[in-house]
Amino acid sequence: MTATDVSYNARATLTVRVELIRQLRRRRTLVAFVLAVALPLIVVAAVKLGPDARAFGDGDLDLVGLATAGPWNFTLTMLLFASGFLLTIIAAMFLGDTVASEASWSTMRYLLAAPVPRRRFLRSKVIVGLILTAVTLLILVATAFVVALFVFGSAPLTSPLGGSFDVATSWQRLGIVTAYIGIQLLIPAGIAFLMSVLTDVPLGAVGAAVLIVIILNIIDAIDALGDLRRLLPTDYGAAWVDALGQQVVWNDMAIGVSYAVVTFAVLVGIAVLRFDRKDVLS
Amino acid sequence: MRSRVRAGCAAGVVALHALLLPLALPPAALAAEPALPLMLPGAPTSMDDPTPVQLDVDVYVPEVTPAPAVLLAHGFGGSKEGVAEEAQLLVEAGFVVLAYTARGFGESTGQISMNAPDFEVADASALIDYLASLASVTSDSAGDPVVGVAGGSYGGALALMLAGYDDRVDAVASDITWNDLETSLFAQSAAAGVQPGVLKSLWTSLFFSSGLGLRPGGPVTECGRFTPAWCAAYVEAVTTGVVSADSSALMAASSPRSVTDQITAPVLLGGGQSDSLFPLSQTNANAEQIVNAPVKVVWHAGGHDGGIAETDRLRELNIAWFDAHLRGGPPVADDFTVSIREASALSDRDPGTIEILTSATYPGPYGDSVAEVTVAGPPQQVLAPAGGAPAAITSLPGAGGLASLAGDLLAVPLPGQTAAFASEPLPEGTRIVGASRIRIAISSDRPVDEAVFFASLRIVSAGGRQSLPQGLVSPVLIRDLGPAPVTVEVTLPTIVTDVAPGDRLAVVIATTDQGYRMPPGPAVYSVTAAGSLLVPSLAGTTSSAGLPVWVWPAGAAAITVLIWVVVALLRPRGRSASQAARPDQADIPLAIEDLAKEFRGGIRAVDGVSFNVPPGVVLGLLGPNGAGKTTTMRMAMGLIRPTSGGVWIFGEHIQPGAPVLSRVGSFIEGPGFLPHLTGRQNLNLFWRASGREGGDPQLETVLDIAGLGSAIDRKVRTYSQGMRQRLGIAQAMLGMPDLLVLDEPTNGLDPPQIREMRKVMHDYAASGRTVIVSSHLLSEVEQTCSHAVVMNHGLLLYSGTVAELLVGRSGLRLEDVFLELVGEGHRVDQ
Repeated sequence: MTATDVSYNARATLTVRVELIRQLRRRRTLVAFVLAVALPLIVVAAVKLGPDARAFGDGDLDLVGLATAGPWNFTLTMLLFASGFLLTIIAAMFLGDTVASEASWSTMRYLLAAPVPRRRFLRSKVIVGLILTAVTLLILVATAFVVALFVFGSAPLTSPLGGSFDVATSWQRLGIVTAYIGIQLLIPAGIAFLMSVLTDVPLGAVGAAVLIVIILNIIDAIDALGDLRRLLPTDYGAAWVDALGQQVVWNDMAIGVSYAVVTFAVLVGIAVLRFDRKDVLS
Repeated sequence: MRSRVRAGCAAGVVALHALLLPLALPPAALAAEPALPLMLPGAPTSMDDPTPVQLDVDVYVPEVTPAPAVLLAHGFGGSKEGVAEEAQLLVEAGFVVLAYTARGFGESTGQISMNAPDFEVADASALIDYLASLASVTSDSAGDPVVGVAGGSYGGALALMLAGYDDRVDAVASDITWNDLETSLFAQSAAAGVQPGVLKSLWTSLFFSSGLGLRPGGPVTECGRFTPAWCAAYVEAVTTGVVSADSSALMAASSPRSVTDQITAPVLLGGGQSDSLFPLSQTNANAEQIVNAPVKVVWHAGGHDGGIAETDRLRELNIAWFDAHLRGGPPVADDFTVSIREASALSDRDPGTIEILTSATYPGPYGDSVAEVTVAGPPQQVLAPAGGAPAAITSLPGAGGLASLAGDLLAVPLPGQTAAFASEPLPEGTRIVGASRIRIAISSDRPVDEAVFFASLRIVSAGGRQSLPQGLVSPVLIRDLGPAPVTVEVTLPTIVTDVAPGDRLAVVIATTDQGYRMPPGPAVYSVTAAGSLLVPSLAGTTSSAGLPVWVWPAGAAAITVLIWVVVALLRPRGRSASQAARPDQADIPLAIEDLAKEFRGGIRAVDGVSFNVPPGVVLGLLGPNGAGKTTTMRMAMGLIRPTSGGVWIFGEHIQPGAPVLSRVGSFIEGPGFLPHLTGRQNLNLFWRASGREGGDPQLETVLDIAGLGSAIDRKVRTYSQGMRQRLGIAQAMLGMPDLLVLDEPTNGLDPPQIREMRKVMHDYAASGRTVIVSSHLLSEVEQTCSHAVVMNHGLLLYSGTVAELLVGRSGLRLEDVFLELVGEGHRVDQ
């Protein structure tokens, strides 16, 4: 007999593929996907069937007013609607519930004793959580685009800042906005993931992450704090609008991306170090 | 170790902040240099009173003297305190600074004469006399110190006037100020139009009331600290709209226009794009009239209406200007710079970013190239309502930052009062830098003495949204208008803005604007665009203010890599040589040595336990609840880190994720499954997750043991406690590991199943593998196990064969022996 089972390979434990299968069949995954499909449909139905369809949107950003101009505009409006809260919750859910739910099902101890190396366990969890979040975002974008293509025609992007774009530029701008919003989701994702490692209660992890994001947003709305608010990672959540001008203005988006990535790295780093040394009692 | 984790996190946070803080925060307030407060005599108090006014002065002296001096003048309604921050920066840059409160304000005596040559300007000359007497100030010659003068608004006019009247001034920095007070307050945008123009009643009254110095509870006076002459001129203007020759002369004397040709000191001339009080046309007039001195013109994004305050950049520029012209520092080019706002669309509070457009020479108000844009529209009728109300709101004088917001929100034209002439959508993006011009033909349905209208250039997006850049409008006054059309050339506001392709330009003619004095009578005007719109543009080089964009992602990438490295370095490792692998014990399934675990709060769950498990046996781990059995098993599986001691499985030291654990099947403290999957899927996925690629899970054998029948394809959440229990044991047996660790395996099983389980364990050990069972059911252990380990209160009480345990205690059952042992354990404990 050799020291270990001949066929054991730490790199083959809990592969992303296996973890994806484990997560994909969960109801909450399905619910997230269904929400991403439903949101554009509900909005289209409201616009088309509502009693006062012409008055749709009159926000401070005319993006909403332009929602029905074409599929690119509509998709951007959906992103605006979803990025505030829905996507935040979904990101928090996919990363916040992932470790804590394994703890609450008692499956974590069996995986870790299988043994799945602890860092590999977290790695698969993070990657799959991010994949599912990204897939939800893409489902939202794709559904919104296709639905709007049928309902509102195929006019290219009209900018709320003035001017309109050709089709290639419309795709480019939609891509930039989607990518930026996706990257901003790293902030709730990171907070939720750390919480997930710190607690064994899945809802607690998700709730705590959402709560922290809400508190950050409240602080961000306090004018008295002035420029101090620029230190909040969530301060740059809406900077993607800078991608809608005639020229893409990268300044704020560059800061926003940097903040999100660094925040995520710090939080996941803390989570990894904490998990390394954690006594698994669940 | 925890402290290392904390240190690592803290280092990450500190690194993040070190990178971000200096960029995101305004510069911290600088340590105050002590200023020397003084009352200094100025010019005579009035024509009739030769006593000099007393001026409230702060003198700041730098570390190294003698040094050139800078005279700092404040804005209207302010005092020397208002320029203290700028004074600090200048003194730190090595200048002697004299900040003073103008006559009629604050602690200074005297009355406000609006920068009259005999009074305010003469006061400033007296202060230069004082600077000449200081040894700490360098001088050109006796009585002529090296001195610059700086100020904004009211102080900016003083700076220009002083440079015109006193040739000892060596450099000037003047911002957002007037060239001609009359054309500033009585605006006329028609070329060669009648003067005075339309009174800026709101601005004028705000200006005047801030000079009254009224305080809650204080005395109420009509003229406040204004001189009688200025007070009378004001009252006359706002009550009658008439500007008498006397008033006109007063304003002319207090306007830089009167002395611009006398200025020989280099001038840094700032103008604000968001300024409806002293608009860029005033800055332009100053720039064009100063012909005997170098002039550098800056159109920044601020102004009396707010806009974007570029305070830091402008202060740096001031210092560089004085450095160049007062003490031969690096030269500052006499070029022209314009701040271009990069719209940050959503931002109600984010000011957006600024890009600086630089042109080698100052092109004047009409740019360096002019495009002709056709604007069309039928002749339109507009109503000038009786009483001038309701009136359009384009800017909110005195509201500061709110004003530019108002420009966007409130600039919606009133129906019936506006005529619009729009262009076709522009085929390409256009940058407007300067004042557009258009000829407008206008007639009235009845003869009127005064016809007033407000022309503006608006940008209409494809979506129909109108924006009025900076909320600026151009008032036009025409005298004696009747049914015969009059054509006037209107100079539209001087603006800096980018127009997107596909947007339209629209010239809007409105009859009202609440910021201005309007004629009382009603009239209906017919308005026609009588020519193309001439749109100015400016070529030049652009550069961003602030950091290049790539700095942020690069910094973020660096920090992320750093975190990655820190996390990698902090990976937990084996602790010491004594815990290294023991190849000589490769055939011992489990060896435990001095194992102890102390949880937080000092509870010792396991306390110095040592025992070995020989291969091919079924070993029972016995003990009452809380004996430390489960904690021991968790430590054996690498789930809990021992406080001391160690566990070796087949000679390999156990730590979290030790590869040798792949030879161990475990069932600890109940089963754990994904409730949304079937039993079979759970086993499949667990096997695939366990990394034993190519190994045979022996699924059928294991399923036989579980005995779940068709239920194996049902979701686990539908299982009973016993079914889960059996599935959990089956999962532990997947791949038939060499060591099987089962914690209370018979919980929830019925007697036939318990009997079956006994046989399973027996057969398992018979194949040369090892089984460790923990239980508190002693009879069961007696029937199943060949070996036993007895624990209580974390202490090991017995380790050996069951047979030996019972030796010499014939007739006693294991249960009796166990109770005896546990009783001893209690005594040992005490």
